[in-house]
Amino acid sequence: MSARRDWSPQQDTPPPAPPRSLLIRNARVLDPASGFDGIAHLGIRDGRIAELSQAEPRGEYEQTLDARNLWLLPGLVDLAARLREPGHTHKARFASEIPAAQAGGITSLVLPPDTQPVIDSPANLLRVLRLAGQTGGLKLRVLGALTQGLNGEALAELSALKAAGAIGFAQGLKPLRDLLVARRALEYARGLSLPVHVFAQDAALAAGGCAHEGPVATRLGLPPIPVAAEVAAIRAWISLVEDTGAPVHFCRLSTARGVELVQSAQRRQLPVTADVAAHQLWLCDRDIDGFNALCHVIPPLRSAEDRQALRQAVASGVIGAICSDHQPHEADAKINPFPLTEAGISGLETLLPLTLGLVQEGQLTPLAAAARLSLGPARIAGIEAGSLTPGAPADLCLLDPAPSWVLRPEHLLSAGRNTPFAGWTLQGRVRRTLLDGYPVYANAD
Amino acid sequence: MKSNLQLDARGRLRHLLSLDGLSSDLIIDILDTAEQHDKLLAGPEKKLGTLSGRTVINLFFEPSTRTRTTFELAAKRLSADVLNLQVAASSTSKGETLFDTLKTLEAMQADMFVIRHESSGAAHFFAEHAAPGVAILNAGDGRHAHPTQGLLDLFTIRRYKSLPGEATRDCFSRLSVAIVGDVLHSRVARSGIHGLRILGCQDIRVVAPPTLVPVGIKEMGVSVHHDLEAGLDGVDVVMLLRLQKERMLGAFLPSLGEFHRDYGLTRARLAKLKPEAIVMHPGPINRGVEIEGDVAYGPRSLILQQVSHGIAIRMAVMSLILGRDNGERR
Repeated sequence: MSARRDWSPQQDTPPPAPPRSLLIRNARVLDPASGFDGIAHLGIRDGRIAELSQAEPRGEYEQTLDARNLWLLPGLVDLAARLREPGHTHKARFASEIPAAQAGGITSLVLPPDTQPVIDSPANLLRVLRLAGQTGGLKLRVLGALTQGLNGEALAELSALKAAGAIGFAQGLKPLRDLLVARRALEYARGLSLPVHVFAQDAALAAGGCAHEGPVATRLGLPPIPVAAEVAAIRAWISLVEDTGAPVHFCRLSTARGVELVQSAQRRQLPVTADVAAHQLWLCDRDIDGFNALCHVIPPLRSAEDRQALRQAVASGVIGAICSDHQPHEADAKINPFPLTEAGISGLETLLPLTLGLVQEGQLTPLAAAARLSLGPARIAGIEAGSLTPGAPADLCLLDPAPSWVLRPEHLLSAGRNTPFAGWTLQGRVRRTLLDGYPVYANAD
Repeated sequence: MKSNLQLDARGRLRHLLSLDGLSSDLIIDILDTAEQHDKLLAGPEKKLGTLSGRTVINLFFEPSTRTRTTFELAAKRLSADVLNLQVAASSTSKGETLFDTLKTLEAMQADMFVIRHESSGAAHFFAEHAAPGVAILNAGDGRHAHPTQGLLDLFTIRRYKSLPGEATRDCFSRLSVAIVGDVLHSRVARSGIHGLRILGCQDIRVVAPPTLVPVGIKEMGVSVHHDLEAGLDGVDVVMLLRLQKERMLGAFLPSLGEFHRDYGLTRARLAKLKPEAIVMHPGPINRGVEIEGDVAYGPRSLILQQVSHGIAIRMAVMSLILGRDNGERR
């Protein structure tokens, strides 16, 4: 794999050639792959990590960067972000969202298949990658649709999707017709050695709902989504994993009981993983009070107790990845009575600071935070990322953990300004994002 | 909670969206104002000039006859110009958003919108986006709130249950009230619970099969009963809720007949209540479902009084929100 890429073919003049070698000195290096957390020097050569050492580096480097007081960790791997192209370009485009991801320290990102058209054929998958390649600067991975048009009944051509580059299969937020389809899909995907990413929500139990079933939704009169919608679905999928041995990744856990089920399955050595959206670790159902449509998300914000269980599961590793669940919207999508608004939060640029906030609160060690944002999701996605081992791609995030700053939606690079964190004081700033050794984002302020 | 959305900087009513967040003083002020209007309505000259020159638009996204009519009558008796708009859900799906609808009608110099919409939070939405000086009156939003119904229920209870010279809060604090029926889908129940609690009612009971009781309702300050006999034991007020007849479809109930047998207010059950207990219903009633026809028009029933109190309450709310400036100018 070449370190040089055609980063931005639309530009008239090519960007200046990156240095073939770079030494980052004196950073606090967080490497979840080796468990190393300490001051060290990291050398990059030809887009890959050449050495990582606490002693003076041996090699010669064209450039040196002093990273005193900064943290250096693998570039973030985001397991779920909708960049809205193709099909929903009134919400966002690759050209707006890729810079937002880079500013968030993200170097690899997994796209769900629910674009328009749905990514249910190699042609559609390749088209998405081609569109994204026009902006470049981010390693995009794609989940293929499990069923044709996400109709939940007939399998898509999963083998052909894999050949085109799909790293796994998913239904987006759409249900499967029944457990028989789910069972067949799992078996078939297992034959391809690819995981199925499952948004576990029983469609009937959740039908029409837009808020966590509990006192807040009851007082506001919002149609509820019970905890059992998630729990019953997870239980059913785990039964199928027990039958088939096929790996399942549970997306966007929201409940304490869901966490318990995943944990017990993992203890029984079942091939089950899980992620959580960063906003679920900070918000709860009380935040929708006053009909705050910016907090309208699916799965819904649950109780404070659920939130605490999710935080503990992230700390223990039962939940192996924190993702942005990025869903940028145009302003109109949120200008309606709560139940009629579109669900979702613009999350690329808050993924890292919200996770660093957990470090600041003592819920996560810096190394564990780095793991949940890079190596954990990379392993779930089955991609080469999340490691600072020599020889690994030099996908890196260099951040200053010290500064606190107030989030202003108008300052987001994402086209989606739909964030409930406006006015929040957040922790940590990305200083540099490197992709295959190439600086794709730099911020000195 | 953005309950302050409905109050101005001096704590006066700017919109009426929900009883949740209102003070007992404010609610009592509304009830007292409604008493004056009700006295006026009993006389030969029923019209006041309070809202003369003002425009009230009834904007109903859900079909309604009785509520819309009482709002219309209330506005007319205050001399406002009234426009009734029945907006089918289909016309908003043709591309014009609720926001567009609001802005278009605002441009016609309306002073107040009376809004009914099937989505919970719709009235909050309109209030958040209304121009300054434009008032929003919630005539029912989804399952969330129906505050003028709640107020007219409080008005009715106070009128028939308070002792001579008794303060409002003293009256409510000694009453036991049962709310019977489909609480899950009911904005009337939610507004009633808020209003009763704010006025100090200590014993609010919700009586329904578990499928029609929303999770977490106890945190609103009520007790939950699934047995009608026990739920009605010793109560002063029975508030029945309308049961929509399609509730069998979602497996909420086996049949209307079974609901009537277990939760319908029959003459036999009425006979077991305290002799001075009253029966209320927001209407329209389902005879033979939540109430027997004889009970609905029996001596203990205040269902028709509720309707006429509704006009006085709506006049009071409109004049408190819109008539204040006129009054100050005089």
